[in-house]
Parts: sequence; structure tokens; C-alpha cells
Amino acid sequence: MSSTSEPTTDVRPSAFVRSILRRSDYAIISELIEPRTRILDLGCGDGELLAWLQENKQVEARGVELSGARVQKAITRGVSVYQGNIDNGLNDYPDGAFDYIILSQTLQEVREPLRVLREMLRVGRLAIVAFPNFGHWRVRLVHLWSGGAPRTKLFPHNWYDSPNIHFLTVHDFEELAVSEGWTIERRFFVSNDRRVIALPNLMAEIAVFLVRR
Amino acid sequence: MIVESQIVRFDSLQLDSGVVLTPVDVAWESYGELNAARSNAILVLHAFSGDAHAAGINHEGRPGWWDLMIGPGKAFDTNKYCVICSNVLGGCRGTTGPSSINPQTGAPFAMAFPAVTISDMVRLQAKLMDYLGIQRLLAVAGGSMGGMQVLEWAVQFPERVLAAIPIATTARHSAQQIAFNEVGRQAVMADPDWNGGNYYGTKPPARGLSVARMVGHITYMSDDSMREKFGRRFRAAETFLNPLDTDSIFEVESYLRYRGSQFVDRFDANSYLYITKAMDLFDLSSGYQSLGAALEGTRARFLVLSFTSDWLYPTYQSLEIVSALRARNRDVAFCELQSNYGHDAFLVDVAEETDLVRGFLASTARDRLARAS
Repeated sequence: MSSTSEPTTDVRPSAFVRSILRRSDYAIISELIEPRTRILDLGCGDGELLAWLQENKQVEARGVELSGARVQKAITRGVSVYQGNIDNGLNDYPDGAFDYIILSQTLQEVREPLRVLREMLRVGRLAIVAFPNFGHWRVRLVHLWSGGAPRTKLFPHNWYDSPNIHFLTVHDFEELAVSEGWTIERRFFVSNDRRVIALPNLMAEIAVFLVRR
Repeated sequence: MIVESQIVRFDSLQLDSGVVLTPVDVAWESYGELNAARSNAILVLHAFSGDAHAAGINHEGRPGWWDLMIGPGKAFDTNKYCVICSNVLGGCRGTTGPSSINPQTGAPFAMAFPAVTISDMVRLQAKLMDYLGIQRLLAVAGGSMGGMQVLEWAVQFPERVLAAIPIATTARHSAQQIAFNEVGRQAVMADPDWNGGNYYGTKPPARGLSVARMVGHITYMSDDSMREKFGRRFRAAETFLNPLDTDSIFEVESYLRYRGSQFVDRFDANSYLYITKAMDLFDLSSGYQSLGAALEGTRARFLVLSFTSDWLYPTYQSLEIVSALRARNRDVAFCELQSNYGHDAFLVDVAEETDLVRGFLASTARDRLARAS
């Protein structure tokens, strides 16, 4: 069942990890992952996170990425990446093939988010999902004031050229977890690279969930 | 560097057909130094018409078929790795094939040469590795028919292959691929000079073999690359083209004729028949329930590459391999590279291929060290 209590263990992305990986969601993810596990990163880009995990946590790392140029960079880095899309990138894998499946900042871009999440929890023991929170106060404010599709630091695109096709909030994700019967093991909320403790649905720019089926 | 092929003779080779071939010669070359631990060897496998001369310049002044990829500082960096290449069984460039002397008759085998398979070729290469004292290969790599041998190596000798790089290849030929090969074989056999394969010491079936090669070259290029290279340019003055006027021709015709006639000088027509048949009959999954089952026992990490404009070995065939590997949870990286050069891309359009292979080999070597320590 889904738990709604705050995590008991605090994970603070070390400044070192953050400075190496630049992105605060990456920093949290890398702190979450146990050493010597099997990882699959969906939408792994040029493999920066995976290469870091491979080097520092001795994980067995795999990735899926659509962009050929990024796949090339990742393979050149020594990460085993498969060129393909996320929507059906998991089909081939057997159940429980990985310890963690990572989906970082991509959930809002896939065509069928629920199908992808279910597949993640079939193929992986745990899923790590990071996404930009559409419920952030600035998004709400911009929408309220402009009356147009909100453009913010987090959602910088025009409505017609945005890769984001599903907009979700912290609240939405937690509600889905309850209805699907997933257990949220840990959750982290970040704004301006700082932890958000209170009112995450309003205050968090980025949410990171560690989910178990 | 000037390189020369060497020849080693083995007592015998048991073939898939049941026939035991005695003796068997293998022509091979190597580039770079084998380290003391013998752990830096890479076996490179040639495509249909290739040979042992993969890199450097030979005494004829000819560069190796993958010279763009093999050498100091190149993808297969000979400052780090020892790269080995040998001519395939059934070939005509130093390794035993239909043009070799049959010890029982003292005359060339011709069509009495036994049928050979991709798996036979690989077992002969394994003998060569034994002879060189190489137990485990850092990598096996090759494109087209070379890629088939890579797959066969990974399945037949899982403990001997750390990394496998099959490029622009397939686990089995499609009807289209078999069809093109059959056109080539029929062209050879339709030439009266072929004479049932008995042309050694007389006139070889040059016209048939040359036509076969012309068809082959068309399949190695792409519509784009042919348009770019030849367009509709004429070789002679632009005049009305009379079909009988053989001097006034399109550049593409002239090119194909040139490549066809050049091929005749270095390739044996019977080898053409035997090797294309071996490719057509290759099916990695034969003897197994499925392709996935065949790949189940592999231990290598894979780098699978295909090219956008390669219509002879299209990307879907690489994806079949990748998908089967993923279903068995094997370590596989895959990328479809952008190129206009068609099937030839793996030989000529090597900039991106170089980055990928270099990075993949480096991480394989790192892994090996990490595991050893």
C-alpha cells in the first residue's frame, strides 16, 4: 500500500555529487541507488548519470535513448545504451530483470505514462521516477495571470513546441500510486537545488519518488 | 607499415557436413603487439569478398579492407590491441578453398570441395587462436558476413569472447538477400567458361563472375550514394545512346564494369559459389527453439550497429538480434548510424563508427581489469 509519511532516512545530495552531475534529481537518484545493483535508465540522454553510477557504485548500467547522437555519446562513454523509444523500450525485457528502473524528467513526455510506469514495475524491483511538478506555485500563478499555457523556468516551451504532453503534479502522482496499489518507499522534493519539506505540491519544482509494486 | 599474410597449416578440420578436410591452410595477418597476459587480442572478421589483409599496406601497395578502422590511434587502436584477421574457409586468398589442391587427386578441388558453413569458418578461426596461444579474445568484430561470424563466435565459444561487435549484419538471410546471391551464382554458372567448375589452368568464367560482382556492388550502395557518385553523367560525349555503342556509356555502367573486371583478377568463381551459399544457409537459431534460445548461452557484451541507408542488411535485422539479447537480459548496446553509403557504410563512413567502437572497447578493457583485480 502507498505510504504517505515523510521518509525516515534523510538523503542529502552531497555537494560533490551535485556539482559533478549538475542536476539535483540526478544527485538524489545517485544517492538512492545501492551499490552493485542492476540499473536501467529510460531516456538516459548521453549516459552521464549511468557512467557516474558505473564508476562510483559499480552498478550494471543500461540505458534507452531515442536520440542517435546521444546514444552515440553514451556508448562512447562505455555505457550500454539501446536506441529506441521509451513507450515500447521495455517490452523485450523479462520480469524483474533490474533492481532499479529510472525515469528522470521524461514521464511527462511519454505517450502512455501509466503503461510505462506499470512496465517499469514489471521489469524492475523498484522504480525511480523524477518529474517537474506542474502544481508548483509559479506555474499556477503564471497560468492565472496570463490566462495562457504557463511558461516558466521549469516549463520553458510554447504550447506548440513543448515535448511535454502530460502535465502532472505531486498530488496526481501520489493519487495514482494509491489507486494502483504501489508503495512509495521514499519521496524527495526539490526547489532551486534545495530540499522542500512543507507543502510539496505547491513548493516543489522537482519530485523524485522511489516506488515499489 | 608493410604487412604480409602468413600461412599456417592444420592437420584437419571436421566440417558440419561430416566431411573431414585434411589438411587445412589458413592465411592470417596481425597488427599491434600481443601483451604478456595475451588479453588484448581482437579478432576481426571479413565480409564476403574480403581477405586476411585488413590493415596496413601489402607488397602490392594495397591498403587493408578495414584500414580506416585498424591502426595506431584508430578505432581498433594497434597501440593498445593486437588485431588479427584471417581469410575464411572456402576462400581464395590463402586459406583452403575450392581452388586449393585436393591431396587425393593432385588437382584443384573445384566442385568436389565440400560444402562449408559460417560455423566451419569460425571453428577454423578458433584453431588459429589456439595456435597463437590466445584463449580469450577481448573482442570479435566484423560487418556483413563478418558480423555473422561474430554472432557465431559468441554462441559457439561464449567463454572465449568478452565483447562482440556485429555490424550491418543479420542472424539469417531474408528471401531478398538469398535472391541477390542466387542471381550472382547463376551468372557465374551461366558462363560457358565456368565448365562445371573445372576452369583451373584454362580460362576462368570472367564474364559471369564480373556480372555477379556488378549486381553485388549495386546492393552495397544506396540510391543516394549512386546519385551523388554518378548521377546520369556520361563517360563519353553526350550523344544518342545506341545500345550497341559500347563506348558511349553512363558513368555508373563504366564503374560497375570496372569493379566487375577488377574482381575477376582477385577472386575465384567457385569460392563465390561456396561462400554465398554459406551465407544463405546461415541461421543462428538453427538447432535452437528460437534466436533468443541460441543467444541464451552467450557471455559477451554486444555492440550492434546498423546504417540508415543499408537496404541489403536493413536495421530491422539488427533489431531482431538486439531484441533477442534484451529478452535474455544480455548486455547489449545498439545504434543505427546515419549514413548515405548503403551497406558499404561500415567500410567507408567510419567517423561515428570509430567513436563507438573505441569507447566500447575501452570500457570492455576497463571491465576486464576491474574483474581481474
